[in-house]
Amino acid sequence: MTGKPKLALYWAASCGGCDIAVLAIDDKILEVANLFDIVLWPVAIDAKVRDIERLADGSIDVCLFNGGIRNSEQEYMARLLRAKAKVLVAFGSCAHEGCIPGLANANSRDEIFQYVYKDSPSVDNPQGLVPVPDFEVPEGTLHIPVFYDTLKTLDQTVPVDYYLPGCPPEAENIWTAVQAVAAGLAGAPLPPTGTVLGAQTTVCDECKRTRTEKKIKVFKRVWEILPNETECLLEQGLVCCGIATRGGCGALCPVVNSPCIGCHGPNEGVQDFGARMISALASVIDSDNPAEIDHIIEQGIPDPLGTFYRFSLAHSLLRRTKLGNGNGAAQHAAVPAGRTA
Amino acid sequence: MSDTFEPKIVAFLCNWCSYRAADLAGTSRIKYEPNVRMIRVMCSGRVDPTFVLKAFALGADGVMIAGCHPGECHYLEQNYKAMRRYHLLRHTLRSMGMEENRVRLQWASAAEGAQLAVAINDMIEKVRALGPLNWSSNWNENGHRLEALEKMAQEHAEAMEVPA
Ligand code: SF4
Ligand code: SF4
Ligand code: SF4
Repeated sequence: MTGKPKLALYWAASCGGCDIAVLAIDDKILEVANLFDIVLWPVAIDAKVRDIERLADGSIDVCLFNGGIRNSEQEYMARLLRAKAKVLVAFGSCAHEGCIPGLANANSRDEIFQYVYKDSPSVDNPQGLVPVPDFEVPEGTLHIPVFYDTLKTLDQTVPVDYYLPGCPPEAENIWTAVQAVAAGLAGAPLPPTGTVLGAQTTVCDECKRTRTEKKIKVFKRVWEILPNETECLLEQGLVCCGIATRGGCGALCPVVNSPCIGCHGPNEGVQDFGARMISALASVIDSDNPAEIDHIIEQGIPDPLGTFYRFSLAHSLLRRTKLGNGNGAAQHAAVPAGRTA
Repeated sequence: MSDTFEPKIVAFLCNWCSYRAADLAGTSRIKYEPNVRMIRVMCSGRVDPTFVLKAFALGADGVMIAGCHPGECHYLEQNYKAMRRYHLLRHTLRSMGMEENRVRLQWASAAEGAQLAVAINDMIEKVRALGPLNWSSNWNENGHRLEALEKMAQEHAEAMEVPA
C-alpha cells in the first residue's frame, strides 16, 4: 500500500457516461492516478466489493459516486461507500437529481416491468416471466436485488458532502473539483458540506444571445423551427431552460442552436427546478385570457413532466407521480402521441 | 377519530383583496369550515409555485391561491402572472396524477367575504370527496427493501469468512 489518499469511483443507476466523462479529462487521468490510490472503479480496474468491505470505516478519502438508487444493491453500495469514504461526492445529474433514470418515477415498478418484460415490441417472453428477488433452484435460493418503485437520489439515501452537476459533468469542472478535494486533503480549507461544486450563475448568464423581453403566443417544439443564431431561443418560442439552470457549461446547447434542457440542475438557491421553470414561463406567455393560456400551454408543452423535470423529477418536491388509485393508467394515456411504442 | 375525513387545505391569500374578504367574512360572522389554514401574502403574484408544491409534499390535501379579480391588482399586473402560473402548475400536477380539484385559483375582492366563504366550503367539500392525498406515502418504498438490504449484508459477511 502506498501512502497516497484513496479514491473510489462507483456507478449505480446510470448510463456509464459519467465514467466516460472522468476519462475525458484526458492525460490528467494519469495525474489522478499519481495523486490517488484508486481502490474501486468497476469500469476501469479489477477490485472487489469484498475488498472494500474489509477496509476500516473512513479509510477511503474520496468517493465519486454516479447514478441514482434504483434497487437494493445500489442502496447497499451507497451505504457501504458512505461508511468507508471521508468525502462522498454525488457525481453527475443521476446521483445529484435522478436524471433520466429518475423519469421512470412517472411509473410504478409494476408498470415498468409490464412494459420492459412483456409489452415492449422487442421482447420475446411467451411465459411472461418477470424478475423476482428470491428464486428457488435445486441448489438453493438465488437472490437478485429488489427493484424499487421510486428511484431515489444519492442524498435521499445517505448523507452527501458535495455535488458535481451536469449530465455528464464537464471535464474542466471535474478536474477543478478533483484538485479542490486533493488540496483539501492536504490541509487547504474545503467548501462547506452540501456545496454544489459549480457555477453560481444561470446558463442565461453565460449565453450570448440577445434578449429583448419579448413575449410569446406560441411555444414551438425543436423540430418545428430552425431558430436564428442570435436571438434568445425562448423569445423565438422554444422552451429553453437556461433561465432556471445552473451555468458552468458555457451555455453549451444554445451555442449550437439548441435550447438548454436543464442538465446542470436548478440554479443556486432554487429548490424545485420545475417550479422555477413555471414561474419563468408564466412571465413570457403573452396572454391574460384563461382559455387562451390553456391553449398555448397544451399545444406547446404536451409533456410538462418531461419538460420541467427531465433531469430532476426524483429530486423535486413531489419526487414522482401518484402511485396507485388508478392514476397510473390515466398517466399512460396522457403520454403524448408519438412517444408510445 | 371520527370516520369523516377532514382535509387540510392551505390557502394563500393576497393582502389587499382576498385576505380582507376573509376578514370581512369573520367580522360579519359568515361561517366557513375550519379545515383551511390561511397564509397572507402581499400579492397572489408572490405565490411561487414552490409554495404550492411544498404544501402538498408536507401533507396538504388541497391548496387555494386567492387574489384580487383580474384588472384589480394592487400591483397592476401580478394577478395575471399568478393566473398563468396556476395554469402551468395545474397542467403539470395533472401529469403527475394529481386530481384537478386539489388546487384552485380563486378571485375575491375585499367586499366578497360571503363569496370567499362559499368558495372555501365548496373546495373543502370537493377535496373531502377525493379523500386524503398523503403525497409522501408515494415514495415510501413498501416492498422488501430493508429485508433485502439485511440479507445482502449477511450474505456478504458469510462470503468474507471463506478465504478469498
Ligand atoms: S448524469 Fe448523465 S452521463 Fe452521468 S450517468 Fe447519468 S445519464 Fe449518464
Ligand atoms: S433562455 Fe436560453 S437562449 Fe435565452 S438567454 Fe437563456 S439560455 Fe440563452
Ligand atoms: S446548456 Fe443546459 S442542457 Fe446544455 S449542457 Fe448546459 S446546462 Fe446542460
